[in-house]
Amino acid sequence: MDDILRILEQDARTPPERIAEMTGRSIEDVRESIVTAERDGILLSYRSQINWDALGRGDVHAIIEVRIAPQREVGFDSVAARIARFPEVRSMHLVSGDYDLAVQVTGESIYAISNFVASKLAVLEAVQGTVTHFVLKRYKEDGTLFEAEDESPHRLPVSM
Amino acid sequence: MTNSTHQDSTPRSDNAAGRRRIAQRVEDIPPSGIRKFFDLIAGQEGIISLGVGEPDFVTPWHIREAAIDSLERGHTHYTSNYGTPELRKELAAYLERLYGAKYDPQSELLITVGVSEALDLALRATLDPGDEVITGDPCYVAYFPVVHMAGGSLITAPTTMEDEFRLRASEVEKLITPQTRALLINNPSNPTGAVLDRATTEELSEMAARHDLLVIADEIYDRLVYSPDEPFTSFASLTGRSDQTIVLGGFSKSYAMTGWRVGYAAGPSDIISAMMKVHQYTMMSAPTAAQAAAVAALREGERDVQEMREAYDQRRRLLVGGLRRIGLPCVEPRGAFYAFPSIMPTGMSSEEFAERLLTEEGVAVVPGSAFGPSGEGFVRCCYAASVEDIEEALTRMGRFVERHSQSR
Repeated sequence: MDDILRILEQDARTPPERIAEMTGRSIEDVRESIVTAERDGILLSYRSQINWDALGRGDVHAIIEVRIAPQREVGFDSVAARIARFPEVRSMHLVSGDYDLAVQVTGESIYAISNFVASKLAVLEAVQGTVTHFVLKRYKEDGTLFEAEDESPHRLPVSM
Repeated sequence: MTNSTHQDSTPRSDNAAGRRRIAQRVEDIPPSGIRKFFDLIAGQEGIISLGVGEPDFVTPWHIREAAIDSLERGHTHYTSNYGTPELRKELAAYLERLYGAKYDPQSELLITVGVSEALDLALRATLDPGDEVITGDPCYVAYFPVVHMAGGSLITAPTTMEDEFRLRASEVEKLITPQTRALLINNPSNPTGAVLDRATTEELSEMAARHDLLVIADEIYDRLVYSPDEPFTSFASLTGRSDQTIVLGGFSKSYAMTGWRVGYAAGPSDIISAMMKVHQYTMMSAPTAAQAAAVAALREGERDVQEMREAYDQRRRLLVGGLRRIGLPCVEPRGAFYAFPSIMPTGMSSEEFAERLLTEEGVAVVPGSAFGPSGEGFVRCCYAASVEDIEEALTRMGRFVERHSQSR
């Protein structure tokens, strides 16, 4: 199944027929594997990566360091789940070091993000403190370079 | 690229004084069939090329980074003629890891400017005028010229699509004469993608030993073999490897490093030392930064090799399946990154097919006849291309084949 997933990870639009040919599997096998992976929470979504910044209407992004007090029985998970549900939160990780959660948020303006931190995040009982870093420029996201020089091969059209 | 084609050599370019300007040895070499297509393509827009002979991947970043680091540290001088000690040590470890082959990094390995130089050195170090070298037909386009320039003659053993372009020891043995000095074996094969099975590899090695012949094994595509149930058998791995076996390899195809120009030869110390003698007076050493990059490739590049191999394998299935669907019979290529379909259903010659496909549909392939007479009736299609390009090339080729099969 890994081979199917790697193809989809590269290009989520690859049709099952093509995946079947590329992997030497039957189309039924490919379809079934995809359904199973979706059902089992392995294949989560088929989304596009869009460089909105290039259109000049980029949202504002921030990385927020959040210190939280772990709670009896559930540790960090319960409060983490509450924070993660906010649609402003694009990604979130529990990390080692000086703070606990690294939270990436997106908003339409600096004001919107400030408002989110002040009125939704910092007010949670378990949250002990936050440090907000506004993103000045994005270079790479999920393995995709934003302003990469063209690395398409400069090959001779015919060679030995 | 065979004895028959080099007979019709181009006219001698004598100057006014009647003295030849170009050596006969070089005049004898016919113009490259690939070069011609290069000129045809120049200036055409929207061409999809399956005519290339190199990876479409860019060298993995950590390998490039190692070369940058080497430059930053000021490593801009010659290295040992044999190659840097680090690279030879890593290479010895790599060959042992992959093939269980033991080579002394001090005396049995030579780092060269690509496998192309290694081949030239192996031939120049071992051939005397009139010596014959036997190889399979079709074969890599450089074999005839390099053997010829080393003073030898290339004798070819035909292979056929019906036999999956397998080189048969029995066919080779028929061609052995008192002048035969070496077997030159490209495994996996450019252009056919054929890979020798273990039994044939052993058989060829034993036969060479029996006739006191050198084996020059050009294994530049050794890491690009797509049959999990039959792993690649390097001539280096044979337990009874004779002391007349020279294995040539490189980094270009496995690590997408064609432009770096770094390869190697592994063999008995007397032959390696003779090759080094030629190398030291003609090349001195392989590029220093490229050798640093090659060290990084051997140390940390295994994952890259596996990932690229998987990607090639997927495109291989796509291209071979597609070629068969559009009506071009194609043997399953088990190695390298070429498919070698028959174009006989169109009734055209290889050259006509390639030229018309280029002008009518903007797809470049290489006529099989460029690789020897047994390549007539076939074209070489490289699948080191993006999935989108392969799909588009197949659509255009399908249109072309349909049009021309009907008209005949």
